Amino acid sequence: MNQAIERADFDLIASWVQPGERVLDLGCGDGSLLKRLIAERGARGYGVELEGAEVLAAIGNGINVIQGNLEQGLAGFDDQTFNHVVLSRTLQTVRHTERILGEMLRVGREAVVSFPNFAYWKNRMAVMAGRMPVSEDLPYEWFDTPNLRFFTLLDFEALCAKMGLVIRERQVLDEAGRLVTEEPNFLGSLAVYRLGR
Amino acid sequence: MAGIGIVAAQNAHFTQPLHLKGGGVLPAFGLVFETYGTLNAAKSNAILVCHALSGHHHVAGYTADNPANIGWWDNIVGPGRPLDTERFFIVGVNNLGGCHGSTGPASINPATAKPWGADFPVVTVEDWVASQARLADHLGIDAWAAVMGGSLGGMQALQWTLTYPERVRHALVIAAAPKLSAENIAFNDVARQAILTDPDFHGGHFYEHGVRPLRGLRLARMLGHITYLSDDQMAEKFGRRLRVGAGSYGFDVEFEIESYLRYQGDKFAGVFDANTYLRMTKALDYFDPAQDFDDDLARALARARAGFLVVAFTTDWRFSPGRSRELVHAMVHNGQSVAYAEIDSAHGHDSFLMDEPHYHAVVTNYLKRIKP
Repeated sequence: MNQAIERADFDLIASWVQPGERVLDLGCGDGSLLKRLIAERGARGYGVELEGAEVLAAIGNGINVIQGNLEQGLAGFDDQTFNHVVLSRTLQTVRHTERILGEMLRVGREAVVSFPNFAYWKNRMAVMAGRMPVSEDLPYEWFDTPNLRFFTLLDFEALCAKMGLVIRERQVLDEAGRLVTEEPNFLGSLAVYRLGR
Repeated sequence: MAGIGIVAAQNAHFTQPLHLKGGGVLPAFGLVFETYGTLNAAKSNAILVCHALSGHHHVAGYTADNPANIGWWDNIVGPGRPLDTERFFIVGVNNLGGCHGSTGPASINPATAKPWGADFPVVTVEDWVASQARLADHLGIDAWAAVMGGSLGGMQALQWTLTYPERVRHALVIAAAPKLSAENIAFNDVARQAILTDPDFHGGHFYEHGVRPLRGLRLARMLGHITYLSDDQMAEKFGRRLRVGAGSYGFDVEFEIESYLRYQGDKFAGVFDANTYLRMTKALDYFDPAQDFDDDLARALARARAGFLVVAFTTDWRFSPGRSRELVHAMVHNGQSVAYAEIDSAHGHDSFLMDEPHYHAVVTNYLKRIKP
């Protein structure tokens, strides 16, 4: 992900967090988002991260990070304890997609999910040209990508409907981090959703 | 980077009676301790290091009489090390009931003018914390910047946050558990039985018989040592290698692992006190802060005000990561400040003592939260 789109993703999420709210950031990396939510929004919360190097960095950033594997669910986190449970640009790397979405709305009142749109026009162009897309936003080759799930806005919304999840808000960004309003499944590089039950 | 060099123990004597959880009273007691680094003017940079079953006050550096007598956690304490003596004032103390200079079973009982022996009370983690608080008073430390320990030492760090919530800013609870499992207590009891059934134990009054229950202590340590290592590590370090070319179909030392365990057992039995060993294992068994809260760990921990770093090691089966996660989940339930790292390490329970760069970096990064 490029920095512009990361900043835009975080800007959107930050704008949805009210002062003092409790946030759980799944796949929190080095804790940059939580650090920002704590500093700018007075939020409280925890991050969950699997990779040791990221956990180390998050601890150095003063983040209350819990090392753990999202694939094993969120056992140990109580029902409805968080205002927002965030999964920023991570859903595509999770194998148990439905389970993690269900778990997010078990422990939180709202799930905030962002993911790269594989139907973005540049990705479509790459496939039309016969190759899997590799770009600044999808910087991996097919054989070394951590991404397990390849899906689009339409795919995701169909899953939400199947699971009975309510889409409260959807924002779509292009590669420069600008909001996309028309043809989002074609022009949007990253989608950010607020989900509830 | 070099360590802190020569260190010397100090003694503090306390004459106010100490009422113990088990009901006994110690009319007076002494604690032996070491300090490293400099206590700042605000007395806000002090870190207490609590020891585990076989540890003591000599945490870091070496003693003037013996450069080989290096502290048991020297790899983590010193200039530029995670517990940086350029920033922090580190205190190591030998626990009450110990055998390295603090009042314990081998000390003279003022009531009888003979060694306490079996009459020395069973002390608990809570009692240790209460006695350590006297030491904090003695040093003029109102609140520790952090209390830290591994294994049984981690239990003390946790207990500090419960007994004295206002006196601990951070607790580093490493390779610990909220209480022992039945399996853990079982291991401890086999170790105790080895000591208690040694003919040289004399019901704990062996000092006056001029003997020591070396066989029992040695067996206890051998058993304990097995549980501190991982299967993989033992396989890698010893495998099925023989010390001599071929098996002799007898019962002398043949396999390398036998040799190692016997060496460890002998070394330990030579320096440790059997009555202390019994009491340390009992303190482990009894530790259970949730017991008074209907086994609700979250309620038990609710009064803690400290920030926590909880660390577990993947191959530790004596105090497995699952036990540390119980602590973390209770703290998250309470909305308390906690970070949890699960370190990949091959060394089983003993990992907490190892010089493992990622583990040490986690401790270093956490301690950045402390602004003395």
